[in-house]
Amino acid sequence: MEALGSLIQGFGVLADPMNIAYMFIGITLGVLIGVLPGLGGANGVAILLPLTFSMSPTSAIIMLSCIYWGALFGGAITSVLFNIPGEPWSVATTFDGHPMAQKGHAGEALTAAFTSSFFGAFVAVLLITFLAPVIAGFALRFGPAEFFAVQLLTFCSFVGMGSESPFKVLCAMMLGFALAAVGLDSVTGELRMTFGSVELLRGFDFLIAVIGLFGIGEILLTMEEGLAFKGKAAKINAKVVWETWKSLPRYWVTAIRGSIVGCWMGITPGGATPASFMSYGLAKRFSRNRQNFGNGEMEGVVAPETAAHAAGTSALLPMLTLGIPGSPTAAVLLGGLLIWGLQPGPLLFIEQKEFVWGLIASMYLGNIAGLIVVLTTVPVFASILRIPFSIIAPVIVVICAVGAYTVHNAFLDIVMMLVFGVVGYVFKKLSYPLAPLVLALVLGDMAESSFRQAMLVSQGDLAIFWSNPLVGSIVTLALVMLFWPVISALLRKRQSRQDGGTQVIPVK
Amino acid sequence: MEQETQNSDPVVSNRTMEIVVAGLFALVALVVMADSVRVGNGWGSDGPKAGYFPFYVGLIMLVSSLATLVVNIRRHSGERTAFVEKHQLALVLQVLVPSAVFVALTAFLGIYLSAVLFIAFFMHWVGKYPLKTILPVAILVPAGLFVMFEIWFLVPLPKGPVETMFGF
Repeated sequence: MEALGSLIQGFGVLADPMNIAYMFIGITLGVLIGVLPGLGGANGVAILLPLTFSMSPTSAIIMLSCIYWGALFGGAITSVLFNIPGEPWSVATTFDGHPMAQKGHAGEALTAAFTSSFFGAFVAVLLITFLAPVIAGFALRFGPAEFFAVQLLTFCSFVGMGSESPFKVLCAMMLGFALAAVGLDSVTGELRMTFGSVELLRGFDFLIAVIGLFGIGEILLTMEEGLAFKGKAAKINAKVVWETWKSLPRYWVTAIRGSIVGCWMGITPGGATPASFMSYGLAKRFSRNRQNFGNGEMEGVVAPETAAHAAGTSALLPMLTLGIPGSPTAAVLLGGLLIWGLQPGPLLFIEQKEFVWGLIASMYLGNIAGLIVVLTTVPVFASILRIPFSIIAPVIVVICAVGAYTVHNAFLDIVMMLVFGVVGYVFKKLSYPLAPLVLALVLGDMAESSFRQAMLVSQGDLAIFWSNPLVGSIVTLALVMLFWPVISALLRKRQSRQDGGTQVIPVK
Repeated sequence: MEQETQNSDPVVSNRTMEIVVAGLFALVALVVMADSVRVGNGWGSDGPKAGYFPFYVGLIMLVSSLATLVVNIRRHSGERTAFVEKHQLALVLQVLVPSAVFVALTAFLGIYLSAVLFIAFFMHWVGKYPLKTILPVAILVPAGLFVMFEIWFLVPLPKGPVETMFGF
């Protein structure tokens, strides 16, 4: 097993005590970010990214990915105790987590949530350990046409698997591509869409967009809802943890199902949020305690948490091996890699072995560290949540502004962040999805250059995308995904006709 | 939301907002396409020109925004859901306007002093806190940021005349 050998080397990288320290700092910051409204995994990592420029890339990515794990854990705390999902992927956790807390079982609910998060992440990390080298090796043979095909598949999956209107997904995505194209065209050296403005020459940085869309936008939404935090007290002690752990193995089927759903949705960019809902839905359908769901059933906490964490973790698999992130946070981490001068993709596994395996090893340790940190510090974070929103809101706006400024030391970026914040607020309310916009903004230049290279090879003939079975099947799959809303509507129509001739008009 | 009814009049309906946003998208799409035609969206002597890819990006955006536009114009205007209600808009503006002022102040006063003023004003205006709660938060948060960025990580943030006075 070559992967095992490399993994042991990776643990060697972690032996540096500084890296362990960064890991704990990252987890703690991450939980804090996950707990506070307006600071999520994606913009939390984006804000802290500039602080890591002075570290070595390995230490930096360990800290940043640990912030991400921490944010994944932190979302569960607010869901269970306050019935407020700190992160979109923990919405499904509120369904049964909060009723448990109301009955006085907050400790059990939190322990179940953390432990199943850990389980989901662990399955995903195992998957990454053994699958990543294989995929990377396979992808080494990719040419520009294949890379563009995989990117096309990523973007088309948003259309096919998103719950939003496909036209809105396309609009948001294309806006991302258009913003990515602003500035100097790296191939021809021509200026695109700058309209004579010097500030636009740099183009739009996706970090600014992420901080604005997710940070400021979220603050505006939270404010609108006029949130008042009324939380349950959390009492977690060793006895509660132990008792809960003893009862958890009963839900092994749910946990494994959740992990599989999560891994699948994380690798294809479905994301952690739909994964958690899907897993909750499946658990509810197949569970023996079905009627108890929604009234504080522990299985209803296990299902979404395993899936969310598995999806969040496995989103890093396509990011590392193909350079295509599976989630907005993975996109921000990818942006970090590019800033540190590391080109994500198959070559990373050959040229930057120490970095890749250090990161993978840190996923194992980071999740164990995360579990320990959250189990021991829940009361502290719960008390942070009791700080009123009118104190938290201005502080978060200031932190976002600082984060936006440090990306390029440009004042205009702070203004831009505020504009993106309003855009994010409007988009959220009209259910334009933000993830495809961010991903298109990150991948825009890469997708464009691989498309152009492929076109150069074929002299402008689109047939190159069907020139061999590999690229042909990926592109065909992508097109199926793109037209999935149409295909599924047609299928439903035919089915209803067979079911007795009655026309059923699809809801969407 | 349990609010008095006269307070929750809708400001804009969802349908209007959908149409406005889809229209803006169409506008952006036209700008993108026009600019792509300007730099050349065809095939140059050395391969695709600079506007080749963005042109199609603009085209797809135009088509899908028009689709959203048509769907919403044809939607029955009877079912009016509010995009934002009056008291909601007021709450949102309560954050947005001070934030905009804060950003503008940053250009003149530097980020630290603006942050002190912003946090203090917001806590006083929205939270109605007494001075003894406001002062520690409004001073300690920016001070913490100052220590973290200027001293610990050596990342310079915008500074104004007051910081210069102290020799930074």
